[in-house]
Amino acid sequence: MWIYEKKLEYPVKIKNPNPKMAKVIITQYGGPDGELAASLRYLSQRFSMVTPEARATLNDIGTEELAHLEMIGTMVYQLVKGASIEDIKAAGLDPYYADHDRGVYPISAAGNPFTAAYIQSKGNPVVDLYENMAAEQKARATYEWLLDLADDPDVIDPLRFLREREVVHFQRFGEALRIVQDYLDSRRQFAISKPDEME
Amino acid sequence: MDIRREELLKQLSALDFVVIELNLYLNTHPRDRNALMKYNTAVEQAKMLRMEYERHYGPLTAYYSTSGYPWQWICNPWPWHYSFNFRLAGEEC
Repeated sequence: MWIYEKKLEYPVKIKNPNPKMAKVIITQYGGPDGELAASLRYLSQRFSMVTPEARATLNDIGTEELAHLEMIGTMVYQLVKGASIEDIKAAGLDPYYADHDRGVYPISAAGNPFTAAYIQSKGNPVVDLYENMAAEQKARATYEWLLDLADDPDVIDPLRFLREREVVHFQRFGEALRIVQDYLDSRRQFAISKPDEME
Repeated sequence: MDIRREELLKQLSALDFVVIELNLYLNTHPRDRNALMKYNTAVEQAKMLRMEYERHYGPLTAYYSTSGYPWQWICNPWPWHYSFNFRLAGEEC
């Protein structure tokens, strides 16, 4: 189970509304390399993961991603909260406004609603850990493109924190992969049949 | 009082971050005694700071925390509110 704590993992306090920035940052809420996809991916994969180290890694990183989802939702909320209709129109956020007003809804920057097709849970520990390492790199890249688009220090600060977490998670998944490969005694072997130990 | 809350929350967030970071590290390095010691220390420090924060500013969870009367959990601000780092918990109740 989970227990909610009434605080953010890292503070988000954006003074100036900026619907243009909200329009792109929302991709880390409901986009292909976003925090919702990350959390759902790891929390789903953990059931069939092997080794205590790798299982715990999926469980705990999947949990931290939920805290990141909350940070991104907070950023989107604060970026659109005080924005005028004129600002929303000028930012091209009027189609979003038509469906959601200033509510937070999981879509990509291009407006595609969230889908589980963004993630994979393959039932094979090596396959899943490779997917996760790639996912962390894709999320890191996304945060870098978002940082390119941002000019407000209130926005840049939490984005930099989140980018850094992708780097740490990539490192931990790499270590988990090494441990799993040692365990399966089939290093660099990608196409493996399910060994008995996985049951 | 507001400054104090912000400062306390900042300290707690920093300590909790140390705990998260060491938790993830220890998952793949379970025999690192030095990291384990740091983890245990940070958990104890965070526990004390959490108690102090809740005593002054209301419950952080609706699970481990006790509440004054009336039920404090529903009080603003929530973490996504801009005022979260400034106002007293319960002010808008």
